[in-house]
Amino acid sequence: MVKVPDTATPTPSFDYAPAPESRAIVDIAPSYGLFVDGQFVDGQGRAFKTINPATEEVLAEIAEASAADVDLAVRAARRAHTRVWSRMAGRERAKYLYRIARIVQERGRELAVLESIDNGKPIRESRDVDVPALAAHFFYYAGWADKLDHAGLGPDPRSLGVAGQVIPWNFPLMMLAWKIAPALAAGNTVVLKPAETTPLTALLFAEICQQADLPAGVVNIVTGAGATGRALVAHPDVDKIAFTGSTDVGKQIARTVAGTSKTVTLELGGKAANIVFDDAPLDQAVEGVVNGIFFNQGHVCCAGSRLLVQESVAEEVLARLKRRMATLRVGDPLDKNTDVGAINSAEQLAKIRQLSDIGEAEGAGRWSPPCDLPATGFWFPPTVFTGVTQAHRIAREEVFGPVLSVLTFRTPAEAVEKANNTPYGLSAGVWTEKGSRILWMANQLRAGTVWANTFNKFDASAPFGGYKESGYGREGGREGLLAYLKGASA
Amino acid sequence: MSRPGERQTVRKTYKLFIGGAFPRSESGHSYKVADARGAFVANAAMASRKDARDAVSAARKAFAGWSSRTAYNRAQILYRVAEMMEDRRPQFVEAVKQSEGLGSRQADKVVDESIDRLVWYAGWADKITQVIGSANPVAGPYFNLSSPEPTGVVAVVAPQASSLLGLVSVIAPVVVTGNTAVVLASHAHPLPAVTFAEVLATSDVPGGVVNILTGPMTATAPWLASHMDVNALDLTGATGLVEEATAWEEAAADNLKRVLRPPAAEPDWYAEPGLDRMTTFLETKTVWHPIGI
Repeated sequence: MVKVPDTATPTPSFDYAPAPESRAIVDIAPSYGLFVDGQFVDGQGRAFKTINPATEEVLAEIAEASAADVDLAVRAARRAHTRVWSRMAGRERAKYLYRIARIVQERGRELAVLESIDNGKPIRESRDVDVPALAAHFFYYAGWADKLDHAGLGPDPRSLGVAGQVIPWNFPLMMLAWKIAPALAAGNTVVLKPAETTPLTALLFAEICQQADLPAGVVNIVTGAGATGRALVAHPDVDKIAFTGSTDVGKQIARTVAGTSKTVTLELGGKAANIVFDDAPLDQAVEGVVNGIFFNQGHVCCAGSRLLVQESVAEEVLARLKRRMATLRVGDPLDKNTDVGAINSAEQLAKIRQLSDIGEAEGAGRWSPPCDLPATGFWFPPTVFTGVTQAHRIAREEVFGPVLSVLTFRTPAEAVEKANNTPYGLSAGVWTEKGSRILWMANQLRAGTVWANTFNKFDASAPFGGYKESGYGREGGREGLLAYLKGASA
Repeated sequence: MSRPGERQTVRKTYKLFIGGAFPRSESGHSYKVADARGAFVANAAMASRKDARDAVSAARKAFAGWSSRTAYNRAQILYRVAEMMEDRRPQFVEAVKQSEGLGSRQADKVVDESIDRLVWYAGWADKITQVIGSANPVAGPYFNLSSPEPTGVVAVVAPQASSLLGLVSVIAPVVVTGNTAVVLASHAHPLPAVTFAEVLATSDVPGGVVNILTGPMTATAPWLASHMDVNALDLTGATGLVEEATAWEEAAADNLKRVLRPPAAEPDWYAEPGLDRMTTFLETKTVWHPIGI
């Protein structure tokens, strides 16, 4: 094992020339309406602006759907469910989903560029992760549409009806895919509300639905903020709620649907432990830790935001981690060399700053590599806190930013105890060469996904979702399909 | 009327079942239990908020051990419960006749079905993972496996009318997969539940895996619904209590308990149970590992 000098933090020995992806491929209109019943329509409410978080440039005016707009969308979805979509043969529904998957692939670069502009994430991620995942989910669930008899609910399972879906701003297209693809495959129609700060790609997806000749009303997009989401969740003619977002809002939704017959899946916050044992291949582990917390600026519900490192290798891991962090390139999301893009909004930036300041005030040691942040836009450098205890707020609360807390442990039992000491239970990571220890840890960790010697991997066929206050229900795989179906006798 | 020289029966004291022991309510309260004709049968313990919390502590304490038993072992223990019930068949038949006012043939049928239901669920212990788990063909060099795990401590409001078959039908699916349970028995007909607790106590079921409270729903259900160390709530027995059940579901949202809502009417307990009562209280864990040399 090579010893890394822990005295200095070497800076990258060479620079990269800018390699910007052209934004000429996207065509952003000055204003957007709602997508209801197959058409773009003006909203009856006010409008809000969506901005590029990397530049603070206003991109477009977006209609804020009122309760009346939401009602129109739900009615359109109900009509489409009753008259067309739920009656259509599964193999015909499948063709629409396959068609959507193909158009997504055809227009992949456009989707990726627009996602990076509106969200602030690096083009490398939107191009290589988000958009391929969007296509993959539609392709995967397309194949289920004519095989529902084999999904596990017996012959002739039925769709639930109209699904109201509310998604967050961290993975606008990927979350849209996780919601819409299984819903449509199972024969439901949807009203989807994208996040307030990232509406553009959902509206481009609406255009893709038009290109695919998807029957009117099967997919409806209502843009807006919290009030629009609440109107959708509370709408009496919505049968199913699917929400990804904060645990606080998830709890409000659970209260709202109490006493109704609505079924719910909630995919909420997390505070994942990424556990590094002393026998782990340390360079790989450090790569995994960096990917775990700095992927997508740390705007990831399953981010590995708590590094639990075995005491005997803590110093060495930390030195290697700092050296690796110093090579992360923070900046223009459209630059193909960028590793860490812009924080999605001023509001989120303020929250990250506040929790980081609290971390410092509570006595943890704060470190960021030297990095030049652009003058405009919302930025936060990759940051690590050392000397963190389990009582520190940065070890307990979801920061949802590029901020890593480092804690240590001595025994596997202590690692498990600390990892599980959270109300969340979305994900966890384990790094060790010992197979039996991986499986023992995987058994002990109370989390919906356990990544062993890897982190932040997702797949259309793999169920994803939380234990405890990280929510309930699963998305992805057969289980993700079952969340939109009921047995023939139900 | 008793006559001099006649032997008096030794009556049973009906108590709670918490952590494998049979305590009285810490509140010192009890309530009168009548038979189907309204005649006095016994005083049952009236569980308090404190009893409910003690039961949750016992269930939490038992969870780690019970959930890490092998599925085969849990199957054998549930089967053992069925054996012990069969052994005490006449007692259960009498209890059901007395509580629910059933005739001999119907009471026989209830007890038959209760025992058979336990056997049915016992067999699920080592099959549910294969039926609902999956090996996932992810698009990359990864081993990827999803398997169900128990949710944790489940609070169960047991059916109010079906005091034995309904009770068994809600307890077995919760615990067979490795959850532990705090069960609130039928208020009006609690005695079969107490007798069932005596079977559990002699069937190798570890203490705390099933805890049974007796008393009115409103005395304990709100506390179980809002308890932050309860992971799930089965409101099957709250049929017809729309307002209360809604309030309990709202309270359950504070720590995102998994909630099984009350049905519109008490279910037909002779119907095929299906998997829902098990899957509602299971979490799916997906484990990834790279494949390489």
